[in-house]
Amino acid sequence: MSISQHGSLLQADPHTKKRNAAEKRFRLYGLSAIGIAIFALVILLISIIGNGASSFRQTYLSFPVTISAAEIKVAETALLKTGAYNKIIETSLLAFLIEHDLMQETPEADAFGMISDEAGATFRHFITANPDAAGTTFQMNLLTNGRIDGYYKGRVTAQTALLDKNVTPAQLVLADRLAAQGALVKRFNWEFFTNPDASDNRPEAAGLGVAILGSLYMMAVVLCLALPIGVAASIYLEEFAHKNWITDVIEVNIANLAAVPSIVYGILGLAIFINFAELNQSSPLVGGLVLTLMTLPTIIISTRASLKSIPPSIRDAALGVGASKMQSVFHHVLPLAAPGILTGTIIGLAQALGETAPLLLIGMVAFVKEYPAAWSTDAGLFGEASTALPVQVFNWTQRSDPAFVERASGAIITLLIFLLIMNALAIFLRKKFERRW
Amino acid sequence: MLPLTVPFLTTIGLAVVGYFLACRRAFVVASGDIRVLNALPHQHGLNTALSTLLPPIAMMLVWALAVRIGAGHDLALAPYNPLFTYIALIGLAIMGLLLSLLRISRNFQARDASERWIMALLIFASTIAILTTIGIVLSMVSETYSFFGQYNWRDFFFSTTWSPNFRGGSDLGIIPLIWGTLYISFIALLFAVPVGLFAAVYLSEYASTRMRSVAKPMIEVLAGIPTIVYGLFALVTVGPLLRDYFAAPMGLGQSASSVMTAGLVMGIMLIPFVSSLSDDIINAVPQSMRDGSLGLGATKSETIRKVVVPAALPGIVGAVLLAASRAIGETMIVVLGAGAAARLSLNPFEAMTTVTVKIVSQLTGDTDFASPETLVAFALGLTLFVITLCLNVVALFIVRKYREQYE
Repeated sequence: MSISQHGSLLQADPHTKKRNAAEKRFRLYGLSAIGIAIFALVILLISIIGNGASSFRQTYLSFPVTISAAEIKVAETALLKTGAYNKIIETSLLAFLIEHDLMQETPEADAFGMISDEAGATFRHFITANPDAAGTTFQMNLLTNGRIDGYYKGRVTAQTALLDKNVTPAQLVLADRLAAQGALVKRFNWEFFTNPDASDNRPEAAGLGVAILGSLYMMAVVLCLALPIGVAASIYLEEFAHKNWITDVIEVNIANLAAVPSIVYGILGLAIFINFAELNQSSPLVGGLVLTLMTLPTIIISTRASLKSIPPSIRDAALGVGASKMQSVFHHVLPLAAPGILTGTIIGLAQALGETAPLLLIGMVAFVKEYPAAWSTDAGLFGEASTALPVQVFNWTQRSDPAFVERASGAIITLLIFLLIMNALAIFLRKKFERRW
Repeated sequence: MLPLTVPFLTTIGLAVVGYFLACRRAFVVASGDIRVLNALPHQHGLNTALSTLLPPIAMMLVWALAVRIGAGHDLALAPYNPLFTYIALIGLAIMGLLLSLLRISRNFQARDASERWIMALLIFASTIAILTTIGIVLSMVSETYSFFGQYNWRDFFFSTTWSPNFRGGSDLGIIPLIWGTLYISFIALLFAVPVGLFAAVYLSEYASTRMRSVAKPMIEVLAGIPTIVYGLFALVTVGPLLRDYFAAPMGLGQSASSVMTAGLVMGIMLIPFVSSLSDDIINAVPQSMRDGSLGLGATKSETIRKVVVPAALPGIVGAVLLAASRAIGETMIVVLGAGAAARLSLNPFEAMTTVTVKIVSQLTGDTDFASPETLVAFALGLTLFVITLCLNVVALFIVRKYREQYE
């Protein structure tokens, strides 16, 4: 053997260099994989927030409106009540524009087109809530048309307005004049959280009110059913069941149910709860039942894990002083496992809150304008038609007006905030009550 | 369902009353000295309350089910007068109340008796998981059966065209849908498996505790994001981006919704799924195996490639199968990102559709549960369920087997 084959200890030979380079490359692959994952998360969040943050602020037009008691009477007897109120608004708007010399040859129809079609209904609502307003002049804040709002959010320009039949360049010029006058302002849009959905041509009025309410009802159903059933099932399987083929089947079954595609639960809901049991379509009750069946495996798996983590000495001590097996579980093991069970339940609820596909099949995608009541004599408990947050997002993505994409992203941000709160709560509970034995 | 509200509430009321009556009676039987009783008064109360409550509620469930099934077979099981139901149910509750009150004596083992009721409840709760599976299978099998009564099963499984027509004469071949599903899942896995696996390897073998505590939760955030968010991301951002910078310049298509869009976004969704499963599996490989390899002079990456990964391979394969099952069953991303046209093509920048998309489109809107165009959704659902069930069972079996290996 020659010296060259041994090489120097201080100088790496080609083979070692190659191996070290491979090592470096391997680490780089790992780092870049993590980089890709985090990059994807960041891009996802930026894209959603970038598209949706503007939906929380909306352009309003504020001007004085005068209405007399006689006019209210006429409007209330009219066939189209909101139409009659629209006329009153238009008269007041025209008076306001002329008074401040803002019209400047703008066609009257264009000036009226500045306000949302929803204005009549808003105004009527205001008048019914404040009957004293009759005969006085008061300041109204009304939503502007979605295109005017889009102009201030960069979606609409003078060029696109030329091609768009819903907005004219003259309206944009008028909008600028109004903004300079201080009558046209952008402000926080509470109506986005309280309004019901609106039709295709008035995206500015569309809100999440019904969707949030429907989601809350469904979460209530899921919590009331999935938590007790899940905990009871886990207690039986973990503490009482003898190991035999029946419990084996149940266990494999639960593991499999956790991995069944969510849309299959939608088919189940449609066939069993709607077609067979004849519960109301698109009701939060059916939605809640479907989501309950979906969340049960998650809750059972996490509850069993937290029951398992309670040391047997606790059970033995209880049995030793004369408690029955049932008492040892309910008086000692369950309270100690409660924080873990709660954490698992909250995570299961968060999953259920974001679930969309099964709800599409049970008809929650329908256009709902009425706030659903929790209880009504015709529909029963949670039986009135409703929609849900993630389904509302889907619904809005199917509309043609680009203003609805902004709304959908805004709704997603709202949904993510709810999820963030729930997950933070789960982490807090885990950190606060976690106990190592 | 509604007519049962009154007996339901009455039964609950009776149970509450029964609780206090039984407590009282136990006291009286013990002549005020509860030490002579075999069970505590509140245990007597609990037993009476459960004896009053549970039999009528069980009967209500069975009754409602029987009426529904009867209605399906044109049998009028429901009595014309709802009063009959009321009397039967409330009578049962009162009977339970009286019988359990009469049983109260100094020697009556009320604790054991009440625990038998609770045990029955626990067992019932754990059968709900099985009932769900039976419900899933039954609901799809019966509708699929009536679908194949109207439509030839050979055409369903082997026809290569999908063109439903609600006026009749539709072609309902599943092959283009399966092709779209598999193509999108393949692209998703092609992206998610290497990224997820490398991320898991790096996090468990190389990363410092601090980096792990930052990067791992961040990746797991991806798992907590609802799929509708990914769907919107595909629709608004990824789709137009791929069309403008890849598909259009290369002349491959003008569609924003494409196999590539849905596949990539689904890949992002699957990263945390693959990485957290693989992380568990890699951590289960005993340290002694790593030490042995390092002791022989292997570098860290050589140890991982030649020792850790091969040892963890069965588990990783299981994780990939679970990810595949999830990709195949995913709905919202493909509804918003993949398109609606059923097509057999190799071009990844073309819009294609999947089984789940068609289930949604055939079952939303006005549906007529007698036409094959609607019923086909149940056949599609059953196909999907069977495919994912096979993947899940195989994957769960492999993962379980693997865990036992090192325990």
